[in-house]
Amino acid sequence: MKLVGIAALLLALPGLASAQELTGTLKKIKETGVITLGHRESSVPFSYIDNNAKVVGYAMEICGKIVDAVKTDLKMEKLDVRLLPVTSSTRIPLIANGTIDLECGSTTNNAERQKQVAYTNTHFLTASAFVSKKAKNLMKIEDLKGKTVVSTAGTTNMKQLVEANAAKNLGMTVLPAKDHAAAFLLVELDRADAFVMDDILLASLVASSKDPAAYQLSAEAFSLPEPYGIMLRKDDAPFKALADKTTSALYKSPEGAALFKKWFQSPIPPNGINLNVPMNAMLKKMLEKPTDSADPAAY
Amino acid sequence: MPQFDFDIILKTLPYLLRDGMSFTLTLTALAALGGLVLGTLLALMRLSTVPGLATFATAYVNLMRSLPLVLVIFWFYFLVPYIGQVILRTERPVEVGAFASALITFTMFEAAYFSEIMRAGIQSIPKGQLSAGYALGLTYRQVMGYIVVPQALRNMLPVILTQTIVLFQDTSLVYVISITDFLGAASKVAQRDGRLIEMYLFAALVYFLISFMASLLVKRLQARTAIIR
Amino acid sequence: MNYNWNWGIFWEMNPEGSGTYLTLLLMGLRWTLATAALAAIIALTFGAIVGVIRTLPARWAVLAGDAWVEFFRNIPLLVQLFLWYFVVPELLPKAAGLWLKTLPNSSFWTGAIGIGLFMSSRVAEQVKAGIRSLPRGQAMAGTALGLTTAQTYRYVILPMAFRIILPPLTSELLNTVKNTSVALTIGLMELTARTRAMQEYSFQVFEAFTAATLIYLALNASLTFLMRRLEKAVAVPGYVAGK
Repeated sequence: MKLVGIAALLLALPGLASAQELTGTLKKIKETGVITLGHRESSVPFSYIDNNAKVVGYAMEICGKIVDAVKTDLKMEKLDVRLLPVTSSTRIPLIANGTIDLECGSTTNNAERQKQVAYTNTHFLTASAFVSKKAKNLMKIEDLKGKTVVSTAGTTNMKQLVEANAAKNLGMTVLPAKDHAAAFLLVELDRADAFVMDDILLASLVASSKDPAAYQLSAEAFSLPEPYGIMLRKDDAPFKALADKTTSALYKSPEGAALFKKWFQSPIPPNGINLNVPMNAMLKKMLEKPTDSADPAAY
Repeated sequence: MPQFDFDIILKTLPYLLRDGMSFTLTLTALAALGGLVLGTLLALMRLSTVPGLATFATAYVNLMRSLPLVLVIFWFYFLVPYIGQVILRTERPVEVGAFASALITFTMFEAAYFSEIMRAGIQSIPKGQLSAGYALGLTYRQVMGYIVVPQALRNMLPVILTQTIVLFQDTSLVYVISITDFLGAASKVAQRDGRLIEMYLFAALVYFLISFMASLLVKRLQARTAIIR
Repeated sequence: MNYNWNWGIFWEMNPEGSGTYLTLLLMGLRWTLATAALAAIIALTFGAIVGVIRTLPARWAVLAGDAWVEFFRNIPLLVQLFLWYFVVPELLPKAAGLWLKTLPNSSFWTGAIGIGLFMSSRVAEQVKAGIRSLPRGQAMAGTALGLTTAQTYRYVILPMAFRIILPPLTSELLNTVKNTSVALTIGLMELTARTRAMQEYSFQVFEAFTAATLIYLALNASLTFLMRRLEKAVAVPGYVAGK
């Protein structure tokens, strides 16, 4: 009898439906009827605040799909979605301590962070570069010697920046900023000479700035293109499986390509700018063969 | 000289007030109440003769008063869910929202400051009143609850209110964890629209007016209570 | 609590190439001390001047002193730092603003001056209270001896007032130290900011915060101890605090 019971349980597992076997985040969501999404304030076009103080973006839509899947999977009539603004510096502790269930933004997926958190399938790839005013004529990392350089606290970019500073003996003054908009502002106000960040975020900050023609992106990058993923708690296999299944299906479907087009190749709020990001081979592969690998070489 | 655009304030005023100022004022009011209750308890503990209680309360107050509020805000934002997990014996960290986290932080932090005020207030009550209470057959709780604490509260009211104004200003520090209080809302608009000068000047003006008016009221109150006494 | 403790983290190398994580925190402590020291000097200087002004017989002087105190006391420190850091340089002529913004260690100077001025309003309140607490006869005696107002303040009133207000000034000094952490919002890499950096680089949140807590406690205790010694040394004979 016991064996039959176990067999029945195993059969039921893929559906993850019955309440008593729920664990981790799914159990918590079922019990509380609430899912909390961490979002960003100025990670355009992934997760940011538009003119009406509403949170929008590519990663927010992907999270929306995961939320729908959770709701269906748990057979919930009502699922309360709460939003909490996070910064690059608070997002990892807040995932770990249960304040947010998903982090929907522009978080680099790397091996080091995987010791703390988990990621679902990669939703973008970007390299670390820097932006500066054209008039300053800074193109290569060497050009930053002795300059004041800002980056967002808690990002991989910040770490790469201070490591390069030490390794190449550049003697830069490194300023931390709370968020990408705050960091870009320091360049705009001439408080910093350059801002080191993922090139896609820099490109959108420049495009939405008051005078886009005044800025340029560096020719040299601090890193290879690295994957972005939606963050979730570590050691929570059922929740991750559901998120992976949902995002994988989304990316492979025409809807995934449409979503990409909507945020990267069409006018986006708040000012109707079009980022015109070409769909290169790497991004194409990312959508066709979804993976949560942290290894840049896997793409 | 940059171009000013003070229309931005009018345009974003509903957001600043509804999302920002309501958060700031609610947090201030609740944290002041919570801090006062907890602070009074701490003050009573410090003055009690039960061994251990006074030591604990003193240690707590000294710890909180030694730490910068910014550090305490970070501590609690990251730690409170785990504390909840230990207290409630749940299998995972308890989800505490941003507002609740801020409220717990400010209540616990301000309690240390309110406890010092209340201690001074309690100590300002003549001993004879306590003796009279006990002679009437009142218990410790009754003596404290009906005689000592109400008078201490009244005597200390101006100081308590002044501390609340400080608390009102201190709530702006939730900026560091990106919670949308009044300053957070103003700075979000400032950064999004590149209107730093207008927004920060406006924020400064609003904080100034509220704090200044409140401190004038406290001064008038002080003058009135001084006559009664 | 599913958290990976690693107390050995303090002896691991930080990515900035400046040594271990402990070194990182101690470098932060140095900035905390430097900022607090400069801020305290500014607070004491302006606080003393404004406090004295507010006790002078001239009405305009009292008004100016009151305005100073109300201005710096009724705006949150964080907002004041934003005003100094983001707003003031933009209101200056372009060249002057640019000079200010590209000044080496500009967060330090802005932070120290901003915190110093903020604290000066509190010091001014204490100084005024100290002067008021003296018997009127002391000032009168000064006048009777033929001292000018300035001389009365210099030789009679201030030496007494400062010794009386030393205990509240001690707690304002401790507040100044704690307030330096607010300057992390304008990029000052003081102790709390370095603690955050350590958390961001190593993910060991609670180890970093525990270390910072202990450092602040030790700093607080040593300053309190030194100030108590000073209070004893300068206590006025015949007062409760005196011998």
